[in-house]
Amino acid sequence: MAGHVLLIEDEPNIIEAIRFILSRDGWQVDTHSNGSDAVEAVQRKTPDVLILDVMLPGRSGFDILRELRDNPETAALPVLMLTARGQSKDRELAERAGVNRFMTKPFSNAEVLEAVRALGPAHQPE
Amino acid sequence: MIGLNALAAISIAYVLMLFVVAFIAERAARRGKTAWLSAPIIYTLSLSIYCTAWTFYGAVGSAARSGFEYLTIYLGPSLVLIGWWWVLRKLVRIGRSQRITSIADLISSRYGKSNLLGVGVTLLAVIGTTPYIALQLQSVTLSVEVFSDTQPSLNPEAPPTAFWVAVGLAIFTVIFGTRNLDANERHHGVVMAIAVEAIVKLAALLAVGAFVVWGISGGVGPMLERIDASALGEWQINEGRWAGLMLLSAAAFLCLPRMFQVMVVENDNDAQLRTAAWAFPLYMLLMSLFIIPIAVVGLDMMPPGSNPDLFVLTVPLAFGQDGLAVLSFLGGFSSATSMVIVAAIALSTMVSNHIVMPLWLRFRTDGASVSGDVRNVVLLSRRLSIAGVLALGYLYYKFSGGGEALSVIGLVSFTGVAQVLPALLGGIFWRGATRNGALTGLTVGFAVWIYTLYLPSFGPDTVLPATFFDNGPLGIGWLRPEALFGIEGMDPLMHAVFWSLSLNTVTFFGASLMSFPSPLERLQGAQFVNIGRAASRTRSWSGGAAQSEDLMVMAQRILGAPEAQALFLRETRKQGLTGILPDPTPEFLEVLERELSGSVGAATAHAMIGQIVGGLSVSVQDLMAVADETAQIMETSARLEAQSEELTRTARQLREANEKLTRLSVQKDAFLSQISHELRTPMTSIRAFSEILGDAEGIEAEDRIRYASIIHDEAVRLTRLLDDLLDLSVLENGQVSLNLRRAQLSELLDRAVASALQGEDRLRVRRDQASEAFWLHTDIDRLAQVCINLIANADKYCDAARPVLEIRVGQSEGRTVVDFIDNGSGVAAEQQDVIFEKFARVSEGEAGGAGLGLAICRQIMTRLGGDISYLPGQGGGAFRVVLPSDQALAAQ
Repeated sequence: MAGHVLLIEDEPNIIEAIRFILSRDGWQVDTHSNGSDAVEAVQRKTPDVLILDVMLPGRSGFDILRELRDNPETAALPVLMLTARGQSKDRELAERAGVNRFMTKPFSNAEVLEAVRALGPAHQPE
Repeated sequence: MIGLNALAAISIAYVLMLFVVAFIAERAARRGKTAWLSAPIIYTLSLSIYCTAWTFYGAVGSAARSGFEYLTIYLGPSLVLIGWWWVLRKLVRIGRSQRITSIADLISSRYGKSNLLGVGVTLLAVIGTTPYIALQLQSVTLSVEVFSDTQPSLNPEAPPTAFWVAVGLAIFTVIFGTRNLDANERHHGVVMAIAVEAIVKLAALLAVGAFVVWGISGGVGPMLERIDASALGEWQINEGRWAGLMLLSAAAFLCLPRMFQVMVVENDNDAQLRTAAWAFPLYMLLMSLFIIPIAVVGLDMMPPGSNPDLFVLTVPLAFGQDGLAVLSFLGGFSSATSMVIVAAIALSTMVSNHIVMPLWLRFRTDGASVSGDVRNVVLLSRRLSIAGVLALGYLYYKFSGGGEALSVIGLVSFTGVAQVLPALLGGIFWRGATRNGALTGLTVGFAVWIYTLYLPSFGPDTVLPATFFDNGPLGIGWLRPEALFGIEGMDPLMHAVFWSLSLNTVTFFGASLMSFPSPLERLQGAQFVNIGRAASRTRSWSGGAAQSEDLMVMAQRILGAPEAQALFLRETRKQGLTGILPDPTPEFLEVLERELSGSVGAATAHAMIGQIVGGLSVSVQDLMAVADETAQIMETSARLEAQSEELTRTARQLREANEKLTRLSVQKDAFLSQISHELRTPMTSIRAFSEILGDAEGIEAEDRIRYASIIHDEAVRLTRLLDDLLDLSVLENGQVSLNLRRAQLSELLDRAVASALQGEDRLRVRRDQASEAFWLHTDIDRLAQVCINLIANADKYCDAARPVLEIRVGQSEGRTVVDFIDNGSGVAAEQQDVIFEKFARVSEGEAGGAGLGLAICRQIMTRLGGDISYLPGQGGGAFRVVLPSDQALAAQ
């Protein structure tokens, strides 16, 4: 029932935490920690939900999202965005880029789980 | 026969009549009724002062002696008036536009307001005119004596007559010539009086002529027979002398001070000149009509030895025609007085303006600004000059022996004043004529004239000894006054005319070509030479409406269209007219000039209106005043420019400050974002793992321990970050207090290595202990902090398989430096600049630093008075610490 999540994040401890939380809920979690080839990673194996950090080495999460939305294959991909920058204009930027959910670090585990579930395939037909 | 007393009474009555005429004319002029005073015929009659007593009496004498030669004296001016009227027109226009007061003024103005030239021409004129005035005194005296004694005496010892005539003329001239001080030196009273005198002398001469032809000879036919029978009938023309005399009289007509006075100074408009160009030759033709008959009859009828100069008087007397004789006397008297009066006015103006006033102004530098004061001085100096001129004439008369034939004296004068001709004509037609040329020509011509004609005119043994004439000065033959350069056998007059005028002209051109005019001279030269163009433009504007139109165009340009139109409309209504163009009345022009002055300055406004209304072209003073105003305007605009430059500078500074603030604000935002990120990232891990541990379900014990240690590590990372931030903040605000003490560098590095590596031996450190053996006096702890940071960085980032850090002490640019060089791959070139910025992390995250270390190091080194920089090209990561110079002490 649960699907496949791709997590693009460069902070190892955060990767570990999210992987633990989602795996426990039954999600299959792949990770990628570099911004510059993140789009290729998505296209290689398109997930059911993408979790995207903003401040990534090589390329910003906003750029990656914009490119994904420009491509018809990934235009409708559910994306949850996480950022540690915490400025209000970042939310605007994310929404303009076409984000589905936007969350500021530190997040609560339940919140992330709820968001991934909401975006995930099980709920899409409803 | 009429007695002397009766004659005196008649003379006085005649003079009183002239007074009345002059007075009426003056009063009319003062009331502004100048139309009839400016009538061309009055102007023409005033030119008749050319015909003096010399012409009146002397022409008959000349005819009796030299036949038709007297005609040359009339032909010269006639040629000028008919053939050269355009020269006169130019002269007259220059005179009007430049407000010329005399021929000396004209020459002086033309050549850059040269006072030296003014003085020169004045002296020349006074010296040249003196014999002429003497001539008038002589003729009046002779004519009076005709009535006292039928055998006229030529003895000058006796006559108080000449003296009293001189005194009387002086008084008349003073009264009428210096009554007012007109700006343009016009004397309507005098001009009217001499016009009346012109009629009297013509009438007298015609009356005597008619009497001779019809009364004595019995008609025209018998008269012509009588002329044929006389010696005059066989008289032949001497071409050379005729040409010379015509040239001379033409030159004199232009250059004589009194002719200049009536022709140029008293001139009011071009129409006067147009009439005179045909009317004055006609007048002279009438004057010369009966000369030959009178001479022939005189020679026939009068006893041998009679003075032919007095035939005009003596013939009527001999036939008992007392009334005719008195008329004839009045004619001669008129000729003499009109000439003397005008000549004295002209000369006194010149003497006063060019000699007396400059001297007075030089000695009275203080009070000259009071106009009433100056006015009185000018009047006084004119009056004294008149008296002086007449006194000179009287003295010349007394000392020249009084016996010369009238026409000879006249020709001496003519030749003298003709010396001005080259400078005059050159000045108005040739822009290349210069002051030096004029001065040289005048001086040479004047000197030659004095030497060859003036001094000899006194006769041998009066001024020059007789031997001088025969053998030359000091026996030098070619310097003989009447045979200069060995040219002998020439008529003495022609000799003098030839040498003086030709040398004058040649030196004038020569010196002009060799000298360079001053700017003022060039300006004046251009104005004088180009007067025709300006004047013809002026003439086309003469219609009142056209003029107002031009004024309107100018006013709009200066005042702006709405103001100008409002002003013109207001003035039109004031004049009771309809439409929008007022008549260019003096009142209107005054108002307009005042309005324009407010915008462009008084001098400029005056010059502009003058240009449009015409007649008046721009004088040099006007131009100077314009230049002054322009200078002031430029000064003001320079000040404004400076102010606006200052404003621009201030604006630029503000803009720069603003940009800096914006930049700072952007930097601050970026910094806050960075801090937020750096703080939130560990907090995210801590929160996530805390929550995981909190709902302990399904976690291996092993994992639980690992998650707890992650929480611990991230907490430590947070603490370190906060420490660094506080440290940096303190350093950046300059609030750090340095703790100075002495320590050896080696000791400091020992501690740093130990602290950075924490006993681990992954990184090997190579040092040269000997080079480190010197004392430092600085904040040892802070310097150690820098070293620890660098060693720890090498430990963290050096990517060599066997990492080695070499610490080298050396000298660079006179400072002691410590280099930290590892064997890793180093920092990429594009990042070497940014690694000292806050949060600039080169590697990717996992090493755990927040990117503040090097920023803190740089702050510390700056505080200590040293420096830290990346050292490129060392094969690995390399940093150079420049030790604080004054604290680095020499090795022990």
